[in-house]
Amino acid sequence: MPDATAPEGNRTVKMAKCVVWDLDDTLWHGTLSAGDHVTLKPGVLDLIRTLDSRGILLSIASKNNHDDAMRKLEELGVAEYFLYPQINWNSKSSSVSEIQKRLNIGLDTFVFVDDQPFERDEVAFALPEVETVDAADYLTLDALPRLSPPVVTEDARRRRLMYLEDERRSESELAYQGPREDFLRSLGMVFRISRAGGDDLLRLEELTKRTSQLNSTGIHYSHEQLETLMHDPGHDLWVCELTDRYGSYGKIGMALVAKGQDRWTIKMLLMSCRTVSKGVGTVLLAFLIKRATAAEKRLFADFRRTSRNRQMLLTYQLANFRVVSKDGDDHVYENDLTVSQDYPDYIKVEVNA
Amino acid sequence: MPSESLTSMENGAAADTAAAIRNYVRANMTALRDVDLRDDDNFFEKGFVTSIFAMQMLDFIESTFGIEVPDDRITLQNFSSIDSMTRMVGELKHAAGE
Repeated sequence: MPDATAPEGNRTVKMAKCVVWDLDDTLWHGTLSAGDHVTLKPGVLDLIRTLDSRGILLSIASKNNHDDAMRKLEELGVAEYFLYPQINWNSKSSSVSEIQKRLNIGLDTFVFVDDQPFERDEVAFALPEVETVDAADYLTLDALPRLSPPVVTEDARRRRLMYLEDERRSESELAYQGPREDFLRSLGMVFRISRAGGDDLLRLEELTKRTSQLNSTGIHYSHEQLETLMHDPGHDLWVCELTDRYGSYGKIGMALVAKGQDRWTIKMLLMSCRTVSKGVGTVLLAFLIKRATAAEKRLFADFRRTSRNRQMLLTYQLANFRVVSKDGDDHVYENDLTVSQDYPDYIKVEVNA
Repeated sequence: MPSESLTSMENGAAADTAAAIRNYVRANMTALRDVDLRDDDNFFEKGFVTSIFAMQMLDFIESTFGIEVPDDRITLQNFSSIDSMTRMVGELKHAAGE
């Protein structure tokens, strides 16, 4: 699969974000619906905790009676670790697809564990991007490079909790009747834009690797590169944090601006996919537009179209950025700064420049 | 006459499209609730349009009319009035052979 998030010379193994487990004879010994007294396989609890602490999301695709299996997971003290468990009689591939939709992350970041060759083959056939693992090898999971991020940031450690907060948000969003703006206003969002500090660099490096939908170029930046850019007077490196009444989304965005004599160029703009419906990419662009206007510079932006970043294209083009040159998938945008937009009134913007 | 009936059919479709867009704008843009809005009024000259609203309109248009707006049509200008959106939807439907 073409993947613009891994430019030449930097093609590393794509990190996995989610492990989907079967239950019977995979997570636990025995078959629940056959009346077996099931027990967690040895080492499974530690494994779950380890993966969770690395920021790897966990879920379930099991053919079982939903309520019985959930009760058993509660009893075993592990239910809380699994997001959007799919326990039903549908195909495993449809369960994995459902989880993928709910989590809104790429299929190629999924690992599926099952003891049945049939189920693994079914998933591999229907969803070739998903890596399948034989449950017999479950103890090797925590050593898989794809599941071993070299650094674990504070945001990664809180990832599962943040998804749970998101779930509560979307429940209230579904229940909300009326204009979307009013719903957004009810969230009490605060968007904080600050200059990146030393503590932010690991998270920013992680964001450049993990983000594909709301990513303007897909270029990865290493910790060292970011550190250099952070100190370089010719660049601004911005980091954004979003909070609302359900909690903090964490550090969810960044922008890198190269400041030339007469022109500034946004080299990179990205936002975590969890914020896609909150319009904060637009807010960050509005901030950069205001700054460029005040500094009386022309404002350009680099953009590389991929199969997944349409949302970022919309963000730019609907913020009045226009294509001034194009080379294959690489675009250069310019904003003529004639349309100035205030921040939407449903979000409080705090700038720490 | 065939050409006339075609035109009136197209006009009818455009009127439906405009009505659907108008209703959506009214229902979803809080700032426009109590304003007399004409189809050719430019939202951003009136100071109302935000990029986020344009994104929401794009989403609405694609799901309601079953079209995908190509990259080069995604401009703030195309989302600046009920007329401009209606025209764009008509052209995209026409191009899709409807």
